[in-house]
Amino acid sequence: MNKKFCVAVISMVLTGLLLGGCAESPASVSSAPDTLTVFNYGEYMDPDVIEMFTKETGIKIKYEEAVTPEEMYTKYKAGAIQYDLLCTSDYMLKRLIEEGELQEVDFSSFEYKDNIGDKYWEFSKAFDPDNKYTLPYFWGTIGILYDTTKVKEPVHSWDVLFNGEYAGDIIMQNSVRDAFMITEKYLGYSLNTTDKEEIQNTYDTLLKQKPDVEAYLVDEARDEVVAGNAAMAVVYSGEAYLGHEFNENLAYVIPDEGSNVWLDSWGITKNCANKEAASKFLDFLCRDDVALKNFEYIYYLTPNETVKGQLDEELQNDKTLFPDDKETENCEVCTLTDPETNTLLNDLWKELKAN
Amino acid sequence: MDKYLNKRKNLAYPYVVWSVGFTVIPLIVILRYALLDRTGAFTLSNILAIVDPVNLKALIFSLEIAGGCTLICILLAYPLVLALKRLNFGGRRSTIFILILPMWMNFILKLLAWQMILSSNGILNLVLSRMGIGSIDISNTYISIMIGVVYDYLPYMVLPLYDAVSAIDDDIIEAAEDLGAKKLTVFGRIIFPLSIPGLMSGITMVFVPSMTSFVTADILGGGKLQLVGNIIEQEFIQSMDWNMGAGLSVALMIFVLISMAFTVEKHEQSDRQEETAW
Repeated sequence: MNKKFCVAVISMVLTGLLLGGCAESPASVSSAPDTLTVFNYGEYMDPDVIEMFTKETGIKIKYEEAVTPEEMYTKYKAGAIQYDLLCTSDYMLKRLIEEGELQEVDFSSFEYKDNIGDKYWEFSKAFDPDNKYTLPYFWGTIGILYDTTKVKEPVHSWDVLFNGEYAGDIIMQNSVRDAFMITEKYLGYSLNTTDKEEIQNTYDTLLKQKPDVEAYLVDEARDEVVAGNAAMAVVYSGEAYLGHEFNENLAYVIPDEGSNVWLDSWGITKNCANKEAASKFLDFLCRDDVALKNFEYIYYLTPNETVKGQLDEELQNDKTLFPDDKETENCEVCTLTDPETNTLLNDLWKELKAN
Repeated sequence: MDKYLNKRKNLAYPYVVWSVGFTVIPLIVILRYALLDRTGAFTLSNILAIVDPVNLKALIFSLEIAGGCTLICILLAYPLVLALKRLNFGGRRSTIFILILPMWMNFILKLLAWQMILSSNGILNLVLSRMGIGSIDISNTYISIMIGVVYDYLPYMVLPLYDAVSAIDDDIIEAAEDLGAKKLTVFGRIIFPLSIPGLMSGITMVFVPSMTSFVTADILGGGKLQLVGNIIEQEFIQSMDWNMGAGLSVALMIFVLISMAFTVEKHEQSDRQEETAW
């Protein structure tokens, strides 16, 4: 019985490895002239969009996915696959631009470039100062998702997370960056601060808060508020919208002190041989109907200003999906790439967890 | 006869390729990372970092969780195994089947289910408050981590123990009883000593993995408590410091090897016995 069992386990493991191996092994040849290799986050584009593009232009898309910016960077740098286009986050784009990995995009050839609002080109300047390399794709904020049946007065400040009133009812994001960024904003610092004293103060505030925190979670943060296990959670705006779908008593707020706005944008890599096709693809993503399709697939905030007009009224008035400019007034884009500060933050995070 | 032996040797080749490719080479890679710093110079600091207060605290917590988990698994497994020995063939098979069944389910899924059961508005508290006992708040504490690891690793204790106990000849037990031994004496003098090989492999399979099951700590511990596995994960994923991550892994491996040294010695003795019996 035991032997049979062992054989079964081993063959299961082997099958898993083989299947995994197949999925992982990409064609390491560079793209054919009429093919583009696109690198994006998982579930971050409606598959119909890719089909439409191929049908209209005859250009085939090879689509590759990753989960985190760091994973993308590692895979890109490994060089096993020659990516033509990639979509990643602000600080990672900054790093790629600084390392000379992206080539300039000729936006003058774009037909639909103006669909992207001015505000987002301004956001982009945090990591792409002359708007030469990147095209905004989706964006969002970090804020507080709270249960209005448990939190009586409307939330305006990060203070609710730190004043002890909701001890044991708070869910924080289980990520160094997010935890530190919002606390820095609460204390009135820049979230890109490299000042050691400011970072130490931020750490002390987080440490003081820890006993009040029910849990540090990532994907489940939203679910805990939806299920009523916690009164509030620090979440991304996209998550907040979906949470609202499940539980009507939830509200999302970007506190007055400001927060982080994150921006995911497209860039053309220096390896891309068919720049014309790549530009065509980016222009296609800006087109009204394509932007709408992607928006309805992802439900993050879109920088494409034609989308709002195409939606029904209820969605148009949704403050989570279309925040006022005033709400994002004090928000900052994260552009922190300084290795020394990152090491310090990581060490402090470990210490916070150990205490 | 020679031909037969040669053939048997050939059969080992796939395993040799497997173990070199997936155990020996990765270990060398890990060792290499562990012994170099970021600039590529030789250093022992990555391995010695295990005694850093933050890391040491995580290591001690890991040992507590792993030790507690192993102990609870042993206490749960013995009665079950002894009961199984008395069951008829069909009963044994279905009990073992039920025990193995959860192992076919995705590990994360099981943890998420436990999270829902244990959460403050969860199923457990619902049942308790219906029964008039009132709710208990054990979500995101070490208790819920303990429940998670015990649930996950119990089969790895039961299966080897079951093998060892069911191999004990009933005649020996009957003989002891005939000579007037009480149940407890039979267990203490016969069943327990003869089941030690199974117990040892059970301990090896439960103790080590439960020490590093960082996903369990993250999901059921609410990210507030960290095992040494969480620290290693953070070094690799968030800090991108592969050298430090590898160094801590090596330190952990050394630790495990030392604590297993005793186990292996006993194990070898019993293996020898088994061989002669074979």
